Amino acid sequence: MIYARAVAGTRFVFDGLADLMAKASPLRSGDVLAGLAATSAQQNIAARMVLADTPLSTFLSEALVPYERDEVTRLILDTHDAAAFAPVAGLTVGGFRDWLLSEAATPAVLARLAPGLTPEMAAAVSKIMRNQDLILAASKCQLTTRFRNTIGLPGTMAVRLQPNHPTDDPAGITASMLDGLMYGCGDAVIGINPASDNLSILGDLMRLMDDLIQRFEIPTQSCVLTHVTSAIELVERGAPVDLVFQSIAGTQAANASFGVTLSLLQEGLDAGRSLKRGTIGDNVMYFETGQGSALSAGAHHGVDQQTLEARAYGVARAFEPLLVNSVVGFIGPEYLYDGKQIIRAGLEDHFCGKLLGAPLGVDVCYTNHAEADQDDMDTLLTLLATAGVTFIMGVPGADDVMLNYQSTSFHDALYVRELLGKTRAPEFEAWLARLRITGPDGRLAPASAGHPLLTARA
Amino acid sequence: MNRPPSNVPPDPWSALRAHTPARIALGRSGASLPTQEVLAFALAHAQARDAVHTSFEAQAVGEAIASLGLETLQVASAAPDRATYLRRPDLGRRLLETSRDALKLQTRGPADLVIVVADGLSSTAVHTHAAPLIAALLPQVHQQGWCLGPVVIARQARVALGDEVGEIFGARLVLLLVGERPGLSSPDSLGAYLTFAPRVGLTDEARNCVSNIRTEGLSYEQAAFKLVWLAREALRLGESGVALKDESDTAQLAPPRPALSPQP
Repeated sequence: MIYARAVAGTRFVFDGLADLMAKASPLRSGDVLAGLAATSAQQNIAARMVLADTPLSTFLSEALVPYERDEVTRLILDTHDAAAFAPVAGLTVGGFRDWLLSEAATPAVLARLAPGLTPEMAAAVSKIMRNQDLILAASKCQLTTRFRNTIGLPGTMAVRLQPNHPTDDPAGITASMLDGLMYGCGDAVIGINPASDNLSILGDLMRLMDDLIQRFEIPTQSCVLTHVTSAIELVERGAPVDLVFQSIAGTQAANASFGVTLSLLQEGLDAGRSLKRGTIGDNVMYFETGQGSALSAGAHHGVDQQTLEARAYGVARAFEPLLVNSVVGFIGPEYLYDGKQIIRAGLEDHFCGKLLGAPLGVDVCYTNHAEADQDDMDTLLTLLATAGVTFIMGVPGADDVMLNYQSTSFHDALYVRELLGKTRAPEFEAWLARLRITGPDGRLAPASAGHPLLTARA
Repeated sequence: MNRPPSNVPPDPWSALRAHTPARIALGRSGASLPTQEVLAFALAHAQARDAVHTSFEAQAVGEAIASLGLETLQVASAAPDRATYLRRPDLGRRLLETSRDALKLQTRGPADLVIVVADGLSSTAVHTHAAPLIAALLPQVHQQGWCLGPVVIARQARVALGDEVGEIFGARLVLLLVGERPGLSSPDSLGAYLTFAPRVGLTDEARNCVSNIRTEGLSYEQAAFKLVWLAREALRLGESGVALKDESDTAQLAPPRPALSPQP
């Protein structure tokens, strides 16, 4: 189908819905790389105008990635809940934006709507929303998940403690874990990106974290961020697997480049749940996503990267994850070139994920070959915190010495708590108070060398 | 680095710093970072930014490798300069046409292993570590009786460029050494990617990676051991990547790891 509009004396023509979506996207290097981006500022806005007049229901009849060739499309359309969709079924994309920002769109209403929305609908409306719209609408989406604590309650923001070490050295990882815990971080998960993919080392890392969690009765969960097949193998070998991790993307072919299929993810979910290690819930999956991953794998089907990212959340929500995060600035400047593009994408990802019913955190981050710095990260972190981001990363000093990029630090999390009064998962908050890591006001208490966590032999 | 006196009290666990290059026990000014840490971080970022843009001394790297008794060839990717390289990874994955033609003239009988040295995102890493790692690999490669093709030095190159080089040589395996994205604390980290039956169009799932090869990370000997183990297994299985799990440590006695175990 052809979409067209005359704007200010010029007729703009868009070659189908995918082209319209791509041309309507705020500028980013990845869409330019793919040859999909608008070629003028006016074409960009004309596309948004046409998109705003497009009925939401169009996305149910016109697949951007072919149904026959893509199991993600089949998942999205086959599991679409028409009854949940009914309240907005008659709206255009533009009308949907107005509705999202209205008083009618309460947290309860939005939660019921989520299974009725497809990722493409979420992506479409995000393209005509300004940053403040993305923040406000996302702040109304609430979703709680549970394993050993409760993630996502209103007014909370959790932190993944990320104690990576360049050679997976247990002493080095333990040092960073203690640092993070003493800074009050680690309620989302203690999650290691291993340098190795060696199964016996991965098992050792799981036991290292599990020992600490058990010994100090920390109400949190651990995860080694390795391939789902490794986690399944480790479950079979009797390793203490709390969360099963996998990087996922928005097309079948991009997932294939990660070595996964939907049925393999289901196997991972079943393996994780079989251990019954969650004490208050069985959300056992942890997914990471990022704009540009499909293009990077040559698997984008001519669809813009932000729409494909929303489809990754469509994959994620099917497996009832505890945590999902976009690694927004990690994929590289060929997809998000600078601080402005990273900030915009971080807000889009968070909004789309939350709207679709995924417990979205964001790895607020950048690499050293991107045109970005700490000031940009401060901006994005502050915006996401006001938008109610489920969790962020906690990396010592914001410098990940294994993955070689900059994320958010334990101090950054404290800054958000100080500024906005965000609290931790309640079970973890109570544990910190019990161990006198925090004082009565929730702030860090002065630390003493004799603290039980620190009576480790150096 | 000597730290000037500060009115920010140190964290009582600063001794743990001995165990990790991570920025732990930084202290705090209220909830925030102390001034000296803010500035130290900014300096490290400035150094990493500069590392990305250091130019690649391909001739010097080639000479160092040639001095190990190996034949070397110089090629370039289709990305003409650094600015294009950063925005167009597709160009960095393919050979420049003249380089492709030149390599085709150099093919002879099929090789078991072709090594490609690519600048990637840190020329500094390649300048420092490529030749010593190859030196550590050579005795084990000879021991396995593998036929080694010429070492190809590639400018403005990304990982997948190795697939095209390997395909041209009809190699059973390609090993690509590449400058990894510089981190704040590691501007000179080398990565190594091993691919069985390399051909244009493969993706990351088909490769095995050994990363963080540098003085403070994985040693040349450890990296060489892992890579030869992976290469042997890839040849045995007839594939590399997700299906090939690194269990090289069961093949040798792992070095003792210092344990740091907190007591309740």
